[in-house]
Amino acid sequence: MSRPKLPRKSTTVDMTAMCDVAFLLLTFFILATKQKPPEVLTITPPSSVSAVAVPDKSIIITLTKDGRTFLMFGENTKKDETLENLNLTQGMNLTASELTKWKKQLFYGLPLNQVKSGLGMELDPAKMPGIPTDSAKNELTTWLRSITNVYAGGDQRKLEETLLVKGDNDALYPGFKQIKQAFKNNQLYKFRIVTNGEPVPVGSELYLRSQKK
Amino acid sequence: MAEIDTSSGGGKKGPGVKKSKKLSTRVDLTPMVDLGFLLLTFFVFTTTMSQSTAMNMNEPKDDDTTQQIKVKNSGAMTLLLGKNNQIYYYYGQLDPNTLSEQFKSTNFKEIRKLILEKKKATPIDDLMYIIKSDKDSKFGNAINILDEMSINDIPPGHYAEVDITDTEAKLIKDTEEANGIK
Repeated sequence: MSRPKLPRKSTTVDMTAMCDVAFLLLTFFILATKQKPPEVLTITPPSSVSAVAVPDKSIIITLTKDGRTFLMFGENTKKDETLENLNLTQGMNLTASELTKWKKQLFYGLPLNQVKSGLGMELDPAKMPGIPTDSAKNELTTWLRSITNVYAGGDQRKLEETLLVKGDNDALYPGFKQIKQAFKNNQLYKFRIVTNGEPVPVGSELYLRSQKK
Repeated sequence: MAEIDTSSGGGKKGPGVKKSKKLSTRVDLTPMVDLGFLLLTFFVFTTTMSQSTAMNMNEPKDDDTTQQIKVKNSGAMTLLLGKNNQIYYYYGQLDPNTLSEQFKSTNFKEIRKLILEKKKATPIDDLMYIIKSDKDSKFGNAINILDEMSINDIPPGHYAEVDITDTEAKLIKDTEEANGIK
């Protein structure tokens, strides 16, 4: 007697569904990842246990490792108004087209008297002198004055939350002191520092207090 | 690939009818799935979670001399930040006669313990940490020491950043020279 013939079944699995899932996830991750804004200057900020997230719309004062100061305006900040204000109050005499060019720059790191001549040139952050902050001529004070002027009338706390200082771990302290001085010169006593978030050390006082809650 | 031919022989057709070979429209999607997951893994692993956080800084209004805080000697601990991640500290006020005993050096690993010891030994109302940064110290040091304050849960108002005095700067310089710190 011969055995009844079993119908041969296909071993193929339909891969379409799996393929769909893989690419769906891929698309999701690519789109959900927020691209870092282009960083012109490499800064390694110090770490802290602070858990406050950095807001997107912020004006960042950057202190590089070699002690130069740069200013960057994030999205939705009053960048144009600040620059116009500077042009007016500092008597920089920029023409309309020069002003447009100036507004297009991503970061500011030139002494105000070099801005006009620097407009036509390709700007290399490695070669820029930075905004002068020495005590004799603290131009950061001037910048901050324009910023406070532009934001005047609004919520003071909002301005305090907008202004961020991002310094490199290895930047020397006096550079930071001059930045603080520039803030103080404008009666700004509160600002924020960009740091890398790190977890609270287990067993520390802060950790114990957060556990009690 | 992993497909087994299941068609059994094909039905008999009339004579003269040419057998047209039927091509399957099915595409093997396995490599595509492989590629998909490969890219997925790549992106997941290369994406670093960047979590920048903001730390609040409150500066005193230094033109206002009436707001000078009186600090009790028994509750004060002065932390001086020096070159090469060194911390120097002393309790109370510097006495010229007992300088060498008072003025001690430590580093960032030990400082948490010292801050905590002082906090435990002092009534909270008298407690005051005075932070002074030397010109050779780093920005990161200043932030780290403020971070230590929050790690040790020192309430705001019980620590302050103050400018370094000439005596202290000189002491640091001498100590650094003696210890060969460059």
